[in-house]
Amino acid sequence: MKTFKIGGVHPEENKISAGVAIKNLALPKTAVIPLSQSLGAPSVPIVNKGDKVLTGQLIAQGTSFISSNIHAPVSGTVSKIDDMMDASGYRRKAIIIDVEGDDWVDTIDRSQEIKQEITLSKEEIIACIKNAGIVGLGGATFPTHVKLMVPEGKKAEYLIINAVECEPYLTSDHRIMLEKGEEVMIGIKLLMKALAVEKAFVGIENNKPDAIAHLSQLAEKYSGIKVAALKVKYPQGGEKQLIKALINREVPSGKLPIEVGCVVQNVGTAYAVYEAVQKNKPLIERVVTVTGKAIANPSNFIVRIGTPVSALLEAAGGIPDETGKVINGGPMMGKAVNSTEIPVVKGMSGLVLMPEKEAKRMKVSNCIRCAKCVSACPMGLAPYLIAQTSEIGQEEMAESLRVLDCIECGSCSFTCPSGRPLLENIRMAKNKVGQIIRSRAK
Amino acid sequence: MNIVIIYAVITLSVIGLLSAVILFFIAQKFKVIEDPRIDEVAGLLPGANCGGCGFAGCRNMAENIVKKESTEGYFCPPGGNDTMKAIAAVFGKVAEDKAPMIAVVRCNGTCTNAVNKNEYDGLKSCYFMHNLYSGTNGCPYGCLGCGDCVTACQFDAMYMDDQTGLPVVVQDKCIACGACVKACPRGIIELRNKGKKDRRIFVSCINKEKGAVAKKNCEVACIGCGKCVKECKFEAITMENNLAYINFEKCTLCRKCVESCPTGAIREVNFPERKKKDADTPQEQPANN
Repeated sequence: MKTFKIGGVHPEENKISAGVAIKNLALPKTAVIPLSQSLGAPSVPIVNKGDKVLTGQLIAQGTSFISSNIHAPVSGTVSKIDDMMDASGYRRKAIIIDVEGDDWVDTIDRSQEIKQEITLSKEEIIACIKNAGIVGLGGATFPTHVKLMVPEGKKAEYLIINAVECEPYLTSDHRIMLEKGEEVMIGIKLLMKALAVEKAFVGIENNKPDAIAHLSQLAEKYSGIKVAALKVKYPQGGEKQLIKALINREVPSGKLPIEVGCVVQNVGTAYAVYEAVQKNKPLIERVVTVTGKAIANPSNFIVRIGTPVSALLEAAGGIPDETGKVINGGPMMGKAVNSTEIPVVKGMSGLVLMPEKEAKRMKVSNCIRCAKCVSACPMGLAPYLIAQTSEIGQEEMAESLRVLDCIECGSCSFTCPSGRPLLENIRMAKNKVGQIIRSRAK
Repeated sequence: MNIVIIYAVITLSVIGLLSAVILFFIAQKFKVIEDPRIDEVAGLLPGANCGGCGFAGCRNMAENIVKKESTEGYFCPPGGNDTMKAIAAVFGKVAEDKAPMIAVVRCNGTCTNAVNKNEYDGLKSCYFMHNLYSGTNGCPYGCLGCGDCVTACQFDAMYMDDQTGLPVVVQDKCIACGACVKACPRGIIELRNKGKKDRRIFVSCINKEKGAVAKKNCEVACIGCGKCVKECKFEAITMENNLAYINFEKCTLCRKCVESCPTGAIREVNFPERKKKDADTPQEQPANN
């Protein structure tokens, strides 16, 4: 069975909520919609305080090349545009809507009927995706339409659908594949048309045999789509690792997947693309996994963007007593949140409640030069060395050690027997090296 | 045997002599004439290489001063006015006196004033915390308490107060080189006038949020009410983005603003105790700041 060659770790899977069907979560009383929900520049609001908005109405526009549109996830009145705390812990500009009923924009097709035929052209599909404000739903939130516009001189050969979901605990993509398989397939077809490629691979780790079977069966009906089972290994969901695993091509250092003729999209994004193009429905809700070892009802919810995280936790049975951390995202790459009042955003794939015992860090001791981090690094870096250069403030040295190639998967910290904060030091070095490079460009 | 040694000595001597002649002419050709005053000025500088002047070390500053033949616009914080006068004398000029400065920590978010709302057990670095995490007490402007400034200080003039969780500047040791100012990722530390009799008044907060939000996270936050601006007769206080700032060049140390501040965000340092019995002086003050 295929997998990527260098590095990788095997964290405990703990996919507790894999068997739980996706449920709709009730509408919140107020929705807080942060204006920076994608990589790139924050969106610019086009509504004012006191305006009535309908569900699905455009409320903020992406103005620069890398930015995305934001639509009202609920209907009601815009009560204010103010700084609100988001997942970063900082207060940033957000639109706050007081929810009144649930009136949708009437151009949105809300029927459950599956619309098969693709009528739009390549350009129309991309325009549709751009208007719907779709971003990469795997967590990186890179605007999807930008990824679909292949730069001149490059040619896309393959569309790669990332259905790996290698993060422990998270099951939102798994459930989408099982419950919305048909829609996902049409979404992939749409993406293939937008990219003008003939072949698409869907990479799924073999800890999801039901999803592999279901999609393989569906794929028979759609030409050009191939479902590939992959050996379980973290971080297979990293796009460079996935490309290596599926078609055995290596993305050069500092380059994008298009360099080797690939475009990688998340399976959740494919579903959102289907809804946007075939049903005219903008990205106003997403599937979020709420899970944890102690939580009463681990579940997968369809949630409107802007719903407070606390509402999700409550619906899953509340925060258990011994919880030490609420993690936004998976336990490997996710970040503990400061407050449960932060809203759900486009990039939030799951909430993991870690019991206090597991949330605590190991006591840090000295590096014993065991090189476990080196063999775990999927990018072939030397994490202990980069972390050291970062500790002593030698950013130039970190740069020459290719710190910018780090995908921040956390395999090094996970595997370190001395509990050293490797990833944190590397992140810091990355941050500083990024600043140095930007100042050089000036 | 002897002959071998003699040949070797002769050969080596000839090579040595030839090389010396070649090197002599090369040295003549590529001679670098360095102004002797650079050495002189560099000798006058303290040699701390702290970077407080803005140059890469003392010699670099000396080179720049000699190039300009004037000390105007240059200042060596550890050397102070005396050093600058001595250097100016090399060029037959007189250096202007500069008021002594000191680093001031403009945050009073102690453990009691700004209560921690969550725990942090990650990397102990303010830079890291600021960029990838917002801090434990909810204030996005306040001190993170990991002591990047203390690490940056080469003069042993700062330490972390265990009780308050804030850095403290040791007045006698601080030479205002500005290393801590650069090290603080949140820009809390400012170089201010040392003041008459070391007395200083400053707004000990840099929170630009709206009053209610700022006050929610910290008891002694500046809420931008503007009382101090009205109170000040010398137009020393300006209000921008919900935050008061006292211009130390205009401030006459009358202390009216300190009395008017409803949250106690304005702090006075090294003043004698007030004669009037004012029951509520909310802030406890470390002796050195």
